[in-house]
Amino acid sequence: MANFSDTLGEWLRPQKNRMFILLVLAAIAMLIPLASSNYVLEVMTNVWFYVMLCLGLNIVVGYAGLLDLGYAAFFAVGAYTTGILTSHFGVNFWLTIPVAVCCSACAGLLIGGPTLRLRSDYLAIVTLGFGEIVRIVARNLEITGGASGLIGIERPSIFGFQLNQIVHFYYVFLLLAILACFVSYRLQHSRMGRAWQYVREDEDAAEAMGINRVAVKLYAYVIGAIFGGVAGCFFAVKMTAISPETFMFQQSVLILLGVVLGGMGKIPGVIIGAFALVLFPEVFRGLGSMRMLVFAIVMLIIMLYRPEGIWPAKKS
Amino acid sequence: MALLEVNNLALSFAGLHVIKELSFTVEEGSIASLIGPNGAGKTSVFNCLTGFYKPTGGDITFNTKSIVAKKPHKITQMGMARTFQNLRLFKSMSVLENVMSGMHCRSKAGPVGSVLRTAAQQREEAEIKEFCETCLKFVGLLDARDRIASNLAYGDQRRVEWARALATQPKLLLLDEPAAGLNHDEKQQLIELINKIRDELTITIFLIEHDMGLVMKVSEKITVIDYGEKIAQGNAEEIQNNPKVIEAYLGKEEDEIG
Repeated sequence: MANFSDTLGEWLRPQKNRMFILLVLAAIAMLIPLASSNYVLEVMTNVWFYVMLCLGLNIVVGYAGLLDLGYAAFFAVGAYTTGILTSHFGVNFWLTIPVAVCCSACAGLLIGGPTLRLRSDYLAIVTLGFGEIVRIVARNLEITGGASGLIGIERPSIFGFQLNQIVHFYYVFLLLAILACFVSYRLQHSRMGRAWQYVREDEDAAEAMGINRVAVKLYAYVIGAIFGGVAGCFFAVKMTAISPETFMFQQSVLILLGVVLGGMGKIPGVIIGAFALVLFPEVFRGLGSMRMLVFAIVMLIIMLYRPEGIWPAKKS
Repeated sequence: MALLEVNNLALSFAGLHVIKELSFTVEEGSIASLIGPNGAGKTSVFNCLTGFYKPTGGDITFNTKSIVAKKPHKITQMGMARTFQNLRLFKSMSVLENVMSGMHCRSKAGPVGSVLRTAAQQREEAEIKEFCETCLKFVGLLDARDRIASNLAYGDQRRVEWARALATQPKLLLLDEPAAGLNHDEKQQLIELINKIRDELTITIFLIEHDMGLVMKVSEKITVIDYGEKIAQGNAEEIQNNPKVIEAYLGKEEDEIG
């Protein structure tokens, strides 16, 4: 097993081989709708959706090393922004995206600004509280539709072509997932991405090297929030209905699980984590309610034997 | 001209006076050191200088500006770099990436530029890389640039720390026990390196050290502290013959006690 992953790692090193693999995978993803039932498409769309959410949280948890237990809140901010603007004010869906980006970035600043001076454990508690506050606020406000949420959110159209089939959304979410990978990759290999890793590895040393740790963390937080917000916009129009129950604490934990399971800070790992998250309960649907138990056991086994995640760490 | 001027510096933790009324200066272009027995407060002085501790009194002037109560990253931006007593590398990152951390405060690409890979961002990345490779070359570690930092030998990890500090383009370099854990050959190389940094890069050096041989060989001015107070100051010869210093390090001779 170790030998196999070594040879694979060796083969994956040259840029050319990696590009080849990526193109093949993208082609497969593009062709899936040609030979699948609506059920498979529905599940795969969900996979791409979670890929985007997990990559967003990966910026906060994986790159910057900040434990965030309330990520669903940002996802909720995006979904509600689109939901409210389209159904109450009749705003075109595509115009709600920049608004949702601003709102989720503001939410990130609002929660991150005062709390990022705290060290990790306290931050986890505050984010947990924030996640719950957002959900409860959404449950009690009139504009968010209270406990029953918003229904009848209009499906978007592009150049007069309405997106209303699952195939359409499959491609939309695939595109979003690819975009999320691209942005994550570029950020990771940039001055900002390196700064996140410095702060994660050793906060004091990073500060001694002239890195403003609070500002760097805030950037991670806000960018992660924007990923969640954009995913939320598209989630709202795909489902056409959102309710506070979609953004429960379990949702945050699930996304975090995907990140940790696949391997924090590693894009391919996080993608695998998102796949495992969505596919596992589907594949073992036959087990009925037992499947969550099996899921939990598999997770424990992975945590015990591969604490750094499924994807191997780089060696040299 | 004094690059660093410390006036009546005081630091106390819950009534315990760690540093008392300490004053000294470090001249521009010199190699100066701070020595003292274990627990004398040397590292605390360093932490006050670099902004990690807030002094309870006194003033620190660096390059004619007061740096008291400034954040550590601001002080580094102003041109003061440090190394740590216990290695504080970014362990799972490559050697080059470690050194690149020093250039962070000298570059400015933001997230948007990075995602779009603008021309300015690419130029800046190339500059960062080039400068950091020069720093690695300077400490003789260019060949190890792509290795993971924690896989290097201890002495080499120390050199990564120096390269990283040099990458911040400092005016003053603070070395916290640079010889700790080094063998005889490595200490010899360290002495050469310290002189080379001062002579070729014209960076002022201020170090804390236990290793007397090294201190006496490299420093032009030595400040000795004990229990947070200055007990002597001067060049190597004056320090070696100062009775107070001998007392602090070796204790009083028996007949004097009797």
